[in-house]
Amino acid sequence: MNLEKVKKVLGPKKQFIHGDTAVCYGALLAGCNFYGGYPITPASEIAEMMASLIPKVGGVNIQMEDELASIAAVIGASWTGAKAMTATSGPGFSLMQENIGFAYMTETPLVLANVQRSGPSTGQPTLGAEGDVMQSRYGSHGDYQAIALSPNTIQETVDLTIKAFNLSEKYRSPVFVMISADIGHMREKVVIPDEIELFERKKPDVPPEEYVPFGEGNYGNIKVPEFAAFGTGYHTYVTGLTHNEYGFPATDDQEDHDRLVRRQIEKITDDREELTDIEERNIEDADVVLLSYGLASRSALGAMSKGRDQGKKIGYLRLKTLWPFPNDPVKELSKKVDKIVVVEMNTGQLYHKVKEFADCEVVLSSKIGGEVHTPDEILKEV
Amino acid sequence: MANDNKKMISGKELQEKYLRKDMMPHIFCDGCGLGNVIDYTLRAVDRVGLDMDRTVFLSGIGCSSRIPGYIEADALHTTHGRALAFATGVKMSEPDLNVIVFTGDGDCIGIGGNHFIHAARRNLNMTVIVVNNFIYGMTGGQVAPTTPEKDKATTAPYGNIEPPFDISKMAISSGASYVAKWPVFRPHQPISSISEGLENNGFSLIELLSPCPTAYGRRNRYRQLQDLWEFYEKNTILVEDYEKIQKFGSEEEKERADKMIKIGVLHEEEREPLEERYYRLLKELEE
Ligand code: SF4
Repeated sequence: MNLEKVKKVLGPKKQFIHGDTAVCYGALLAGCNFYGGYPITPASEIAEMMASLIPKVGGVNIQMEDELASIAAVIGASWTGAKAMTATSGPGFSLMQENIGFAYMTETPLVLANVQRSGPSTGQPTLGAEGDVMQSRYGSHGDYQAIALSPNTIQETVDLTIKAFNLSEKYRSPVFVMISADIGHMREKVVIPDEIELFERKKPDVPPEEYVPFGEGNYGNIKVPEFAAFGTGYHTYVTGLTHNEYGFPATDDQEDHDRLVRRQIEKITDDREELTDIEERNIEDADVVLLSYGLASRSALGAMSKGRDQGKKIGYLRLKTLWPFPNDPVKELSKKVDKIVVVEMNTGQLYHKVKEFADCEVVLSSKIGGEVHTPDEILKEV
Repeated sequence: MANDNKKMISGKELQEKYLRKDMMPHIFCDGCGLGNVIDYTLRAVDRVGLDMDRTVFLSGIGCSSRIPGYIEADALHTTHGRALAFATGVKMSEPDLNVIVFTGDGDCIGIGGNHFIHAARRNLNMTVIVVNNFIYGMTGGQVAPTTPEKDKATTAPYGNIEPPFDISKMAISSGASYVAKWPVFRPHQPISSISEGLENNGFSLIELLSPCPTAYGRRNRYRQLQDLWEFYEKNTILVEDYEKIQKFGSEEEKERADKMIKIGVLHEEEREPLEERYYRLLKELEE
């Protein structure tokens, strides 16, 4: 897809847009040329915006019959070589989990934006939450490693959606962009970047007889195999069954399963350091650090300022990449400070992960029900 | 129309040309109709002359969904019931690819019913071969939405009390542009219908009634494979004959015909497939 054409369709370089639109902008700038959607509050604006914009850049939009189908269509499109995405919210994310697992098992690049609302079940459709963090890691059955990004501004939603496409291409994996409904519907200024670095999935450069579709690849991170799109003569058999390097079912073989699943996990965890994306403020002299992400991190930032004004030595650490989890940075941080307060819009999800790696006291500042933390609510835990 | 006079490819040539040797032996039971289904499909593919580099086979979960594994081509063996949704993504994204879907009765209209009616409605240009064996075979013989009333299944041990679906009828009412139904016990008509389906520019459904001696036959009246063949022979009626009986037959004949399974080319119409509409729209937007 032609970047200049996309920019023309997107309009002025500086705009005042909401997060759902920002997801679309990021996607189109990254070369997304297939959108498979299904309406759901508060993510419907993404489907609407894609329906309007993607045909103008020559891409495909289709509204499927449900979320099971929208993610399925996205996977099918990806196997023809398309950069494909979908967007949804909690109930839809739940419905998609089986096919998300299929995408992991078949190493299919795709991007999924989850505009989170309060759950469980139908919950509070119009109110923001960040309660799908663990679902984004463990929502499908079996063993796999997720990649999930969590922006906290509208500009960052554009930027991290572009990054999500690059990571999905690089690791041949689903990548989640996790925003809360508030980010989805909040307007801020964005600047459309001039230059965009894009990563495209690697194609095999060997003849079909020598191609190993599910083995270790031959470039960069050696655990990602090259991708032969359908219709290019490689005759790839793609199955959700455990398969050997050639793609053929190996459902009774312990070693094949072990090798396949561990490679699929390690292709991502081997690059944990590179994938770590953290913003730190005032860590140097801090006794207490507010660790947060997404919408809640905006409250945490406010709490830090207020606490500092009161003379408290508070630092701030924000995760832009939720998964894979930054194990070492959290461990290192915990050696320098007395206490970590995990600020989350759920009843404690990443809190447990932080506890797993921190050597200091870890407490939770939790808020649910569609309202953000007040600085004082957070400072109570300091 | 497919060229019926073209010399039929021999079984050996068919194997050489289209099957993956690495995947043999296949997992199907003795007496299963799925071998016939593969054979007929590949003969049709050969007759129509599809380029195997530009053909994608998709399937869901179940015995029939294992078929693409044996064919030397690109294939997406997907999740239970969802093959048509995956196929929609493939076809919309790359409309020049030939798309063939294998699915079973449970996969197609049990768990996958919603995708089935929508795929037919969209009339994407793809050929769907649904292998109807009246049962969930791979999982060991549970009752299906197609199991005839009173028949026994592991989850209907006292006989099925639910009325079965008519898959072909559902496809027609949902918008499929080509629908045919045949038992697999004779090769000629299924091959010819699959060929016509492949040549039809739209959603083609070929329902093949196929014996599952393992999970269905032995639990019901069909101890021998022969009994199942006889069942199809006695209980199916060519749609043309059915229509004649409805016009000219006695009440008794009509009643008997009503109880039979109508087979043949059940529906044909010309209707623009969705992908053509979409790409036409793209062109218009460009102008
Ligand atoms: S269980 Fe039935 S459908 Fe499955 S392979 Fe055996 S005979 Fe065929």
